[in-house]
Formats: sequence, C-alpha cells, structure tokens
Amino acid sequence: MSDATHHQDVSAPLPASLTKLGKFWDLNEHDHPEGHSTMLGFWIYLMSDCLIFAMLFAAFGVLGGNYAAGPGPRELFELPLVAVNTSMLLFSSITYGFAMLAMQRGSVSQTQMWLLITAVFGAAFLSIELYEFANLIHEGATPQRSAFLSSFFTLVGTHGLHVTFGLIWLFTLVVQVSRKGLIQANKRRLMCLSLFWHFLDVVWIGVFTFVYLMGMLR
Amino acid sequence: MTAVPLPTTAPPQWSPLLGRFSLEQLPFLHEPIVAATFVGVILGGIALVGALTYFRLWGYLWKEWFTSVDHKKIGIMYMVLGLVMFMRGFADAIMMRLQQAIAFNGSEGYLNPHHYDQVFTAHGVIMIFFAAMPFVTGLMNYVVPLQIGARDVSFPFLNNFSFWMTTGGAVLVMASLFLGEFGQTGWLAFPPLSGLAYSPGVGVDYYIWSLQVAGVGTTLSGINLIATIIKMRAPGMTLMRMPVFTWTALCTNVLIVASFPVLTAVLVLLSLDRYVGTNFFTNDFGGSPMMYVNMIWIWGHPEVYILILPIFGVFSEVTSTFSGKRLFGYTSMVYATVVITILSYLVWLHHFFTMGSGASVNSFFGITTMIISIPTGAKLFNWLFTMYRGRIRFDLPMMWTVAFMLTFTIGGMTGVLLAVPPADFVLHNSLFLIAHFHNVIIGGVVFGTFAAINYWWPKAFGFKLNQFWGKVSFWCWVPGFWIAFTPLYIMGLMGVTRRTRVFDDPSLQPYFIVALLGALLIAAGIGAMIVQYGVSIWKREALTDESGDPWNGRTLEWATSSPPPAYNFAFTPIVHDLDAWEDMKRAGVGRPLEGFRPIHMPSNTGAGVVLAGISTLLGFALIWHIWWLVGISFVALLVSAITHTFNYKRDYHIPAEDVAAVEAQRTAQLERLAQTQGATA
Repeated sequence: MSDATHHQDVSAPLPASLTKLGKFWDLNEHDHPEGHSTMLGFWIYLMSDCLIFAMLFAAFGVLGGNYAAGPGPRELFELPLVAVNTSMLLFSSITYGFAMLAMQRGSVSQTQMWLLITAVFGAAFLSIELYEFANLIHEGATPQRSAFLSSFFTLVGTHGLHVTFGLIWLFTLVVQVSRKGLIQANKRRLMCLSLFWHFLDVVWIGVFTFVYLMGMLR
Repeated sequence: MTAVPLPTTAPPQWSPLLGRFSLEQLPFLHEPIVAATFVGVILGGIALVGALTYFRLWGYLWKEWFTSVDHKKIGIMYMVLGLVMFMRGFADAIMMRLQQAIAFNGSEGYLNPHHYDQVFTAHGVIMIFFAAMPFVTGLMNYVVPLQIGARDVSFPFLNNFSFWMTTGGAVLVMASLFLGEFGQTGWLAFPPLSGLAYSPGVGVDYYIWSLQVAGVGTTLSGINLIATIIKMRAPGMTLMRMPVFTWTALCTNVLIVASFPVLTAVLVLLSLDRYVGTNFFTNDFGGSPMMYVNMIWIWGHPEVYILILPIFGVFSEVTSTFSGKRLFGYTSMVYATVVITILSYLVWLHHFFTMGSGASVNSFFGITTMIISIPTGAKLFNWLFTMYRGRIRFDLPMMWTVAFMLTFTIGGMTGVLLAVPPADFVLHNSLFLIAHFHNVIIGGVVFGTFAAINYWWPKAFGFKLNQFWGKVSFWCWVPGFWIAFTPLYIMGLMGVTRRTRVFDDPSLQPYFIVALLGALLIAAGIGAMIVQYGVSIWKREALTDESGDPWNGRTLEWATSSPPPAYNFAFTPIVHDLDAWEDMKRAGVGRPLEGFRPIHMPSNTGAGVVLAGISTLLGFALIWHIWWLVGISFVALLVSAITHTFNYKRDYHIPAEDVAAVEAQRTAQLERLAQTQGATA
C-alpha cells in the first residue's frame, strides 16, 4: 500500500509533530467499558453448551430405538404430565422476561419478586421431572435397562441439571441484587442468566419434540 | 460373547474411607522400574521444594505468577507446563523404543504388558493434551493480545483459572504414575476395552477425569481468546489487517469451542457407563461402541487442526520477518486457514475406514480428506513465494521453518496416501500410520513450537537465545526425527502393527534398533535445548536485546519493550495497514513521551488456583470412588465459586505517574541504545 492511501483518513488539525503521533497512537483513549466482552463471551459459552446437548441428542437419535426387549416410549411416557412440565418451564421463561422488564425500570423489589416466581416455576419443573424419573425407575425402566433408557435419562437429566444450576445462580443473584442493587455488574449477570434460562427453554422444546412427541410415534 | 480376561489388575477392593485405594494400588511397591522413577521424582521434588524455600521464592511465585492474570505470565506458565509434560511424554517414548528394540528372539523385553500398555496410552495423552495443547495455548496467550494492541485478554481471571485447570489435569495424569495405574487402552480409550468389564481398575478413570478437568480449562480459554480477538483489537485493525498468527489463533479457538464440548460429552457418556452402569457403548442392551469411535473423532480430527493452525501462523510470521518481506498472499493465507477450519469437521471418518461404513461413506470422507491438502498446499506455496527474492536470514526460527516445510510436506503426502480407503485397509493401525502422524505433529507442531520459542523468547525475557546450542539441538532433532521414523514407515508398509510389545520376526529388529538410535539423537536434541535455555539465562547480559525489536519484526508485539510492561502499551496503537509495526517504522513515528493517563488493569486473584485445586481434588475422589470426598469437594467447589462472584472489585488503575516512570526508563533505554549504535557506526 502506498503512503498516500493511508494518509487519507487523518484530517485532525493538530501540530505536525502531534499529527504523526496521533495518527499511530490513541493519545486520547478511554478505558474499555466494564464488561465489554461479557455478553459475547457468554453467547459463545452457550453455543458450546449447545454442542453438548447436540451430542446427547445425537446419542438419543442413534440409540433411542434400542429397547433391548425392554419398555419403549409408548409404555413409559405420560404426555399430559410432560405437557404440564413443559408449561412450567415456558411460564418460567415468561416470568424471567418480566424480571428483565423490572430490571430495565430499575425496580429492585419487582426484579427480585419476578426472579423468585421464576424460581418457583423452575422448581416445579424439576419436581415433576424427578417424579417422572422416580416412576420410571419404580417400573423397572432404569437408565441401566437399555441404551434407549440410558440416552433418555442422560439427555433429560442433563437438562434438569442445567435447570438446577440455573436455580442456584438465580438465588445467588437475588442475594447480590439485594446487597448491591441494580448496579451495572448485576444487570449484566441478570442478562447472562436470562440468556441461560431461555436457552434451556429452547433445548427443552427440542427434548419435548424429539424425545417425547416423536418417541410416541416410534 | 465370552469375556476374555485381559492382563489388567483385578477390580480393586472398596472401603468407605479410602474408596478403591489400598497399598496394592501403589505400583512402586511391586515394579522396580516405577520404584526407581518414584525415588527419582521424590528426590527431585524435595530438591525443588527445598530450593524454592531456601531462596524464599514461594511468596514471589504466588504473588507474581500463580495468581497473576497477566496474559504474558500465564502464557509463559503454559509453556513451562508444556515443556515439563513434554519431558514426561518423551520419557514414555524412549521406553517404548527401547522395549521394541530388544523384545526379539524370545525376549520379553523389560516392560510387562500391564506397564507397556500404560506407557503408550500415557505417551499419547500427555503429548497431545498436556504438551502440545499448552504449547499452542501458551503461544496464543502470550502473543495475541500484543499483536492486536490490547492490554490483556477479555476475561483475565478466567484465563488464570483455565491455566490451572489444565495444570490440574496434568497433575492427575502424573499422579497415576505412582497412585494406581493409567489407562491401558490407547490414547482415545475406545470401548468396550475402556468399559468396566475390560478395564475395571482406576486407569481409565484417571484418563477420563484428567481430560475433563483440563477440558474445562481449554474450552474456557477458547471462549476467552475468541472474545479477545473480536472485541479488543486496536482501532483500525480490521479483520483483514490482523496478523496471520492472530487469524490462525482465531480459527483455532473457534475449533476449540466447537469441538471440546464434544469430547466433554462423549467422556461423560463413557463415565456414565463406568459409574452408573448405563449402556451407551456396551456390547449388550442396545449399546454401540462404534458411536464412541465416531463421537470422539468428531472432536479428534478438529483437534489436530487446533494444534497445527496456530503453528502455521507462527511459520507465517517467521517467514515474513526473516525474509524481510510482507507475507506473500496474505488473503489466500487467511482463506486457506478458514477453509481448513471448516473442512476439519468433514473428515473424521477417515480414522476408521476399516470399521465397515461402506464404500460410499468411505469415498466421501476419503475425498474430503484429500481436499484439505489443497489449502494446506496453498499455504506452503505462500511461504515459498514469501522467501522468493527475499533477503532471508537463517536465524534459528527460520531454520526450524525450513525444516518444517521439508518434513511436514512429506508427512502431508503420506497422509493423502492414507486417505485412499483401499490403501488404508492395508495401512490402518500399522506403524505407517504412526510414522505419518508423528511426521506431521513433530515436523509441524513441535518444530513450530521451537521456532516460536526462539522467535518470541527475546520479547518475553529481553534477551535472545544462544545460537550455538540452538543449532546443536536443531541438527540433533531433524535428522533424529527422520532416523527414528523412516524405519516405521518401512515396517508399516510391510504390515507391522502399532502398540506391539513383543515380536516374533527377527528380521524386524534392525529397523527397531535404528529407530531407537533416532530417538536417542532426539534425546540429545532435547538435552541441547535445555542447555540452550540454561546457557542463555546464564549469559543473558551478552544476549540482551534493548531494542524490543531484535528481528526487525513487522507486527505490534515488537512495538513495545522486551519484556513488555504489565500494560503492554502506554497508548493504544492505531492501525493503518497490515504489518502495523513495519508501517510505523516506515513512517518514522516514535512513542508518545508525555500525556500519560492512568491505565485500567485487572487485579490478581488466587481464586483460579483455589477453584482448579478443588476441581482436581474432586476428580481424584471420583477416580478412587471416595464418595465422602466427592461430596465435600463438590460442595466446596460450589461455595468457593459463588463466593468468588461476591467479589466485585476486580480491577485497578495504574497511576499515570507510574506509567510515566516506566516509559521514562524505556526512553532512557532507547537513547542509550541509539548512542551505542551511533558509536559502533
């Protein structure tokens, strides 16, 4: 590249000595805003987590029909129960959305209230899932029974484990918001958990469709 | 199917307090070789700890290094970890070479099957995960922020934590040498051999948990470096003005983030099979061992490009610097890197053509594999054309680069040979394969790491490396490599299989003896390298580089002092062209000497050491089935992670006066240098 081309973008009326320096060094720079990369970093993390789920879906796709002369989805799944469970998680996503709206308004108490309501829905989801698991195991449909059940329990259980960690994180944030208020750092954390929570919702839609609904069609 | 008992240790007894641990699990009580190693390690360890204590270095190490969030120090710690583990992996290699050279004519050699199988497993695992990975991660950590004109990475604490997780994984692998055993499965632990029925001991569990702990670190550092490259480039540095090394680092970290979760998932499934009794990879109850092989190679093939891409970046920087020219075909280099990144996901099945996927599937993966050689070939021509009519200086980094070009090209060609499915049916699992991948990994990653160490050492420490011992190392390594692996190519073509402990055919022995001699020559090369580092540190006054730019470099890392100050650049550079520093030098622009401002920097923290330490302990408890310790360490991990999030004060400002003082020293240094140069001229 010739010298002429990269002189074009500089037109600041500085003294000659400073012009040259100022062309190559940011003499008037400011700190990077705090947490400038966090949302991007968290998105990338979520995509990596998504890959873990992709592998578990793939395992279910390969092994989901291997009942090993044991029970299959039709004998095991109770769709009404799963539908209730799904609605718990969907409601929790809506209420998390309300928490974010409250955060935008700057209301600490409402943010906390909606977070706690989200937690109630999340806990309900987990309870129903554990109830379902207990029933299955009671009927002899244990994770050890067949490759189908191994991959079923692992996929659904991994999602449940994520929800559990989401709940622990949520309670931590409730405490942190009450201590520090809605400062920038806390807002950023709430936004990350929001992404995480909705991400788990999306994954669940996949689970509901591919494991439960399509399982009933197998 | 009938369960043939394999020569492995019996399932260990379990007790509530110690889990599966008992005195019988201490191999140095039964095996003289391990006992001698153990004594050596203990004495060395005592000497090291004693020396650190005597010279009162613990506080310094803790404050300045272990808790540091400075990307430069973390990068150097990665390199140290890589070198230490490289020695361990090489010790395994030389043990195998010796065993295979003597186990003829009815001799059993000196390693029993249980020991030998652990050695080849540990060699592969250590070299890939704990030598090569720390090398490339260390290089990226050190160089990328400097090349993009940044002051640190996007998430400095996470960077420290990632390093300690990698170290935690390494600690677990090393612990397996003296506490229990390592896997006897080969470096990818294929089931059903790695399942509970055939590997009831702790070996595979060591494998699983060391990789899981280290894998967390690798994934997080991948996320960190992507965010850094996307968000923290100096103003004016568009994507197509990024140095090639930064480009390759970006692609490598994309590969890390898009493939390490796959490894995590597949190892979780294997551990569920082993701990819970699920049937993912078992032979019965509907499990599918082949699924494991597919899944792990979906990670495994991108992994080899994770290792080689940044090294291609190193060679690009070195070739252009030492030819005194802008890189030939920068744009095509970038596109070639991106194409390799994408194609690396479309070739995994070539690792198991023989496993019955059928002709169509095999053809597809054979063709995609051959296609990858096109962008790689384009890169080689770019380096050659960069050298063409350049004023080439054959310093050590350039010597390693030329050795790479010659060696790697041949490795690449044998790779294309293996990509032909019918040929692969003959060569699969033979020594030809072993020769091929050592040809590209040693000729590529290892030579490239040495080029990089010789190239960036003066930046990191302020003095160059000794040329003489570097050349001795070079001339031992390069012929040593060829003498060690050419016999393997020949034997592989004759059908000799890998991982064999004892041989019946005496006509093979000369080949193995030649291979051993090659390995010994490489050992001499490693020895010379250590001497090179020692001599250079000892005589550092004579090797000092005050300029900060000893090679007449072209990219921004050479624009600051050597070693760079904690904040890298007092003012952020503004980029107008590719090769930004070369551009600045051409424009004759100096550093700003006044108007310094306070600089915003991240604070050191011990949280990374603590969290990674607890994670390692958790892994150890899981390996030994010590359930009470699993519970305690899991809760401790959770509590300390949450506690860390209550720390909101993670940064500070370096006062403007301090920056001014450091920069005044630098100005004085440069003036002194100009005077001496003026005097000599």
